[in-house]
Amino acid sequence: MERNTMRLENISGLYESSARERISLILDTASFQEILPPSRRISSPHLKTLGMPIAFDDGIVIGEGLLEGGKVFCAAQEPGFMGGSVGEVHGAKLTGLLERAAIEKPAAVILILDTGGVRLHEANAGLIAISEIQRALFKARSMGVVVIAISAGSNGIYGGIGIVARCCDYVLITEQGRLSVSGPEVIESQKGVEEFDARDKALVWRTMGGKHRYLQNEAQAYTKDSIENIRATIAAYFGKPVPLSLEELLRQHKSLGQRLEKFRDCTDALDIWAKMGIQNPDQIPGLDDESFIAIANRVRDHD
Amino acid sequence: METFQFNFGPWSNQSKLGSKNPIIVGVVGSGNLEVLVEEVDLKGRTQFSLETSIDGFEQTWQAVLSDFAEQKRFANTLITINDGGATPAVVQLRLAQAAQQWKETP
Repeated sequence: MERNTMRLENISGLYESSARERISLILDTASFQEILPPSRRISSPHLKTLGMPIAFDDGIVIGEGLLEGGKVFCAAQEPGFMGGSVGEVHGAKLTGLLERAAIEKPAAVILILDTGGVRLHEANAGLIAISEIQRALFKARSMGVVVIAISAGSNGIYGGIGIVARCCDYVLITEQGRLSVSGPEVIESQKGVEEFDARDKALVWRTMGGKHRYLQNEAQAYTKDSIENIRATIAAYFGKPVPLSLEELLRQHKSLGQRLEKFRDCTDALDIWAKMGIQNPDQIPGLDDESFIAIANRVRDHD
Repeated sequence: METFQFNFGPWSNQSKLGSKNPIIVGVVGSGNLEVLVEEVDLKGRTQFSLETSIDGFEQTWQAVLSDFAEQKRFANTLITINDGGATPAVVQLRLAQAAQQWKETP
């Protein structure tokens, strides 16, 4: 493990920062100890054979540190390296961190996710990695470890990691954050522009963006993209694992079934918001964080 | 994809080889690069080990890196670069960042 020293002046939120900056910002100052740091050169064996540049950390930083004094494990995907995509090594690092969490039982595992999903250049290994991550995640949760996913980056959380995020105890999202499985371009290319216009950013955000995901309770926390708010929200989840039981699963399935019934006729998020009881749904995207949270907390379904 | 190694020095300002922690700056992305700096016994030299996605720029790399090495004279320092097609200006910026952080590293 290596201690990390980094200059973080003038960074107010997570949106534009790198994986390493994000970890340093979220954790207590200089508390982060990286596992498999870049100097170990554990990088993708596949990219080289394709003649593509590698990254020394394969696009993910993992390790442990403190948050408000509590011991946490943390992983951050690097948005700038191949879209935060999950290759074999990248996935194995995440799996290893979660498996270690099941043994060491930190106060929480924090996953700062920012990804399009599996790295297509090593797709088979990446897909297997996704299932391994899920298995390790449930193992950690079964030991009572709280796992928190954060979506506050420019890539959003998509593909298999979108599923991984919803396997966590909690998802924390910001206005810029996005969460889904198929991305806008993928949907458009498969179903046509009439189904989904990926260039319509307002449509993309009201369908997959932070505000809608919070209203739907797909994200359990919505905060302003400020380090202070994000840290406080994470710390509030310490010691509060969501039960991982058949009963809980059945309850969630039932609730999803009810949601489908309730919003069956809706063709746009605006219709859903109106049906939830929001008076001026078209104003939701333009609201600042404080006003949005006040309205959302009045109408959203808490399970 | 091309791989180069360049050596500069040895420099006279050799301090005792200690246990300085490695540092990394930058990210491998389009037009960007990562620079890993480590303390290694190189008989007082600076060594660059570099992998770039853009072929045919050996002389440009040589010029930019020798300029940096002559200026900083980092003895026993291995600088490893993964490059995603950065321009010389971006390379110089990242190297300057790396040098700054390296100096501040205990």
